[in-house]
Amino acid sequence: MNPALINQELATTSRILVLIALTVYVISFLVLTVSLANRAKATKKEQTASAIRVENFGLILAGLATLIHGAGVLTRGIAANRVPWANMYEFSISGAFVVSAIYLIALFFKDIRFIATFVIGFVVLVIGSANTLFYVQVESLMPALQDYWLVIHVSVAILGTAFFTIAAALAALLLIKSGKSKSKVLKVFPDVEKLEKLSYQFNVIGFILWTFTLIAGAIWADKAWHRFWGWDTKEVWTFIIWTIYAAYLHATTTRGWEGKKAAWLTLIGFSAVIFNFTIVNLFFKGLHVYSGL
Amino acid sequence: MVSRQQSKYVVRKEYNEPIEAPDLSAKSWLRWIWKQLTSMKIALFLLLLLAIAAVPGSIYPQRSADPNGVALYFKNNPDFAKVLDSLQLFDVYASSWFSAIYLLLFISLIGCLLPRIGVHYKALREKPPAPPTNLARLPQYKKVTGEKVKLEAAFEYLTKNKYKVIAESKGKALVELRAEKGYLRETGNLIFHISLVGVLISVALGGALSFNGQRVLVEGETFVNNRAAYDSYQPGLLFSEASLQPFSMRLDQFSITYDYLNPANYAKPLDFRANVSTTVSDQQSQALIRVNEPIALPNAKVYLTGNGFAPEIIVRDPDGTISFSGPVVFLPQDANMTSLGVIKVPDAKKQFGMMAFFYPTVGKLSTGALTSTHPNPFDPVMTLNVYVGDLGIDKGINNNVYELDTHLLKQIAGGKSGTKALKLQPGDVVELPQNLGTVEFKSVKRFASLDITYNPLDIWVLISVIITFFGLLLMLLIPRRRIWVRKLADGAEVGALAKSRDESLERIVKEISQAMKKSK
Ligand code: HEM
Repeated sequence: MNPALINQELATTSRILVLIALTVYVISFLVLTVSLANRAKATKKEQTASAIRVENFGLILAGLATLIHGAGVLTRGIAANRVPWANMYEFSISGAFVVSAIYLIALFFKDIRFIATFVIGFVVLVIGSANTLFYVQVESLMPALQDYWLVIHVSVAILGTAFFTIAAALAALLLIKSGKSKSKVLKVFPDVEKLEKLSYQFNVIGFILWTFTLIAGAIWADKAWHRFWGWDTKEVWTFIIWTIYAAYLHATTTRGWEGKKAAWLTLIGFSAVIFNFTIVNLFFKGLHVYSGL
Repeated sequence: MVSRQQSKYVVRKEYNEPIEAPDLSAKSWLRWIWKQLTSMKIALFLLLLLAIAAVPGSIYPQRSADPNGVALYFKNNPDFAKVLDSLQLFDVYASSWFSAIYLLLFISLIGCLLPRIGVHYKALREKPPAPPTNLARLPQYKKVTGEKVKLEAAFEYLTKNKYKVIAESKGKALVELRAEKGYLRETGNLIFHISLVGVLISVALGGALSFNGQRVLVEGETFVNNRAAYDSYQPGLLFSEASLQPFSMRLDQFSITYDYLNPANYAKPLDFRANVSTTVSDQQSQALIRVNEPIALPNAKVYLTGNGFAPEIIVRDPDGTISFSGPVVFLPQDANMTSLGVIKVPDAKKQFGMMAFFYPTVGKLSTGALTSTHPNPFDPVMTLNVYVGDLGIDKGINNNVYELDTHLLKQIAGGKSGTKALKLQPGDVVELPQNLGTVEFKSVKRFASLDITYNPLDIWVLISVIITFFGLLLMLLIPRRRIWVRKLADGAEVGALAKSRDESLERIVKEISQAMKKSK
């Protein structure tokens, strides 16, 4: 393989685009929060209608931020001459982009506007920490990563994570909603049954994608590490996550385990996903030493 | 609107889920235990237990993945390490408790599956069941009023949408429809669970039949596949040496591409290439092994796992007889490939050993010590510390080729010996101290570390995994629905039931009602 020229200037442009996107996301987040608060307080129809207009504005801002964000991710890839997910900074910005994009696309099919604040808040958190904690310069790929499985395995993992994220937001709402709190905000959200259904659907897609990630990872490991499974720390955690979500799927059809308990399992599974991405990447020893830090 | 509790109740009853309540009056405890073991609650519990049991393996170093880490742990915390070891925490995934959990899970799985296969087989051939007396209690229900409402329209809708439909009629008019669709969901579920067992068996059996061997090969050397040719070797429990097929493989050239173009990336390796010539039953051919690109030979896959320098060294006695000759594998110590090698010369007049440092591109630190400034051999230099004394090779100790136990040896060059370390560039011949003879640094060669593996069942693992995934798609994406339509005196009613959280059920019931409304 001949070295390809890294375009550091374009990488700088990419970083600026991501930071602009972050700013717009933050504004969108604030607007959405205001709208949520207004809807909770609304007693008259007109008040609700105006709160919904504010919400629309917040979502349009989120869409704008996502477009800029996408441009930032794309330019990072062009600058590096490869897919933009080869270290933690890149996983984070690509992952956050997919979360936001999947969420906005899903809005066309399902009415899940009510979790906009959660999702955009999460995206802000991820991009923020990517820029402050994980930022690294663009570098070429080490030989172990130069493979088309990087494209398949990692992109599907990111996609699966996006679905798990949305499902976790819904599960969290379900738990709040079925708790003792009498907060007025709660009336903005749909009933528990609806939340359970939606959360299940996102988890199912997430689980399919995660299963694929696990299989693709094993196939790649067979090429790169001369065995398809070796209980490397990252493999261990991918397995743990898969098992938790398999348990979740069983829970949804086990009497006494649907609803709240299944929602807890969703949150436990999602915590494991986040743990796998942060703590395991940064502090655990293993073959997946690709954080770039 | 029906309450959720009720709808669940209907789901359970219709699908005959096993009920877990212990029947203590039952005679056979065994039967009760079996029933418990194959209940969904236990499956759920065992899955969660498996997830928890997997965690410690990511916290403590594992013998299988990181044997050095385990050795280090024993060195640093000998007492605690013993406790951990007695709990098999350095071998979590082969431990008795981890195995017990997944074996129980799979027993439970098989116990679950067997009866379900029969039930499903019957369901596939049977007609959709009779409706519950009260359709209004189903999760989705709609009533259409109007005396002229006809079930024919619903029948047409259902058959067009590929439902299995049973129609009852009185005279010419239809009075009741029973429809079902999505049998593939359960088929997929069964395929999924069965092929999970397939994955487990092929992984376990494949592991037992497999082997894994390592070999370091210097440029120009040839590896002939047999047990003795491996530097290290890990056979599975059932592996037979007869599985080693005869072939040979010569490392012609090993090359590395570095990035000199990008400052951020300067001198980072971009590509490792091992060019080999292989001979399989007298057929000679050329092949290239790269990271991520193993080559396949009979009953063997050959992977590139590492590389380094192997300087070619010749040692001569004072009278000129050669007492040592050959490339010596040096172990890389840093990113710029400063490498450390050991040369033992037991056949010299007076036994001696040398500890050698190799700097591919030599540079000087501010302390005056040598260092390497680039991983490529642009300005290679080797320095030698020389030790005399009993190397212990004849007694069978001190046999590790990468280590020189200097305890019983006397240093005569380098360090604090009073004589400077010898310093050579390729082509140099220098005198050894104490009239030991000469040493020549003939040339710089590279070596490749290769992993050679064999697993006869890996294709079966792949096949069963793909089938598992296929089953997963069917069981999660195909909805299973039952729909009943009944003629009423003043119209008709439609009730529907789904096995999963089925968003479309409401829409379908609506569509059927509308179709019937329009038909009048
Ligand atoms: C190796 C362990 C197992 C794994 C990874 C696993 C995984 C899964 C998954 C992912 C589903 C999909 C859930 C859905 O359709 O929404 C499922 C469904 C199911 N599993 Fe398992 N399972 C395992 C063991 C078992 C065992 C031991 C039993 C029996 C007690 C069992 C019985 C079922 C049943 C009855 C369903 C269908 C649930 C339904 O859709 O109503 N599974 N399993």
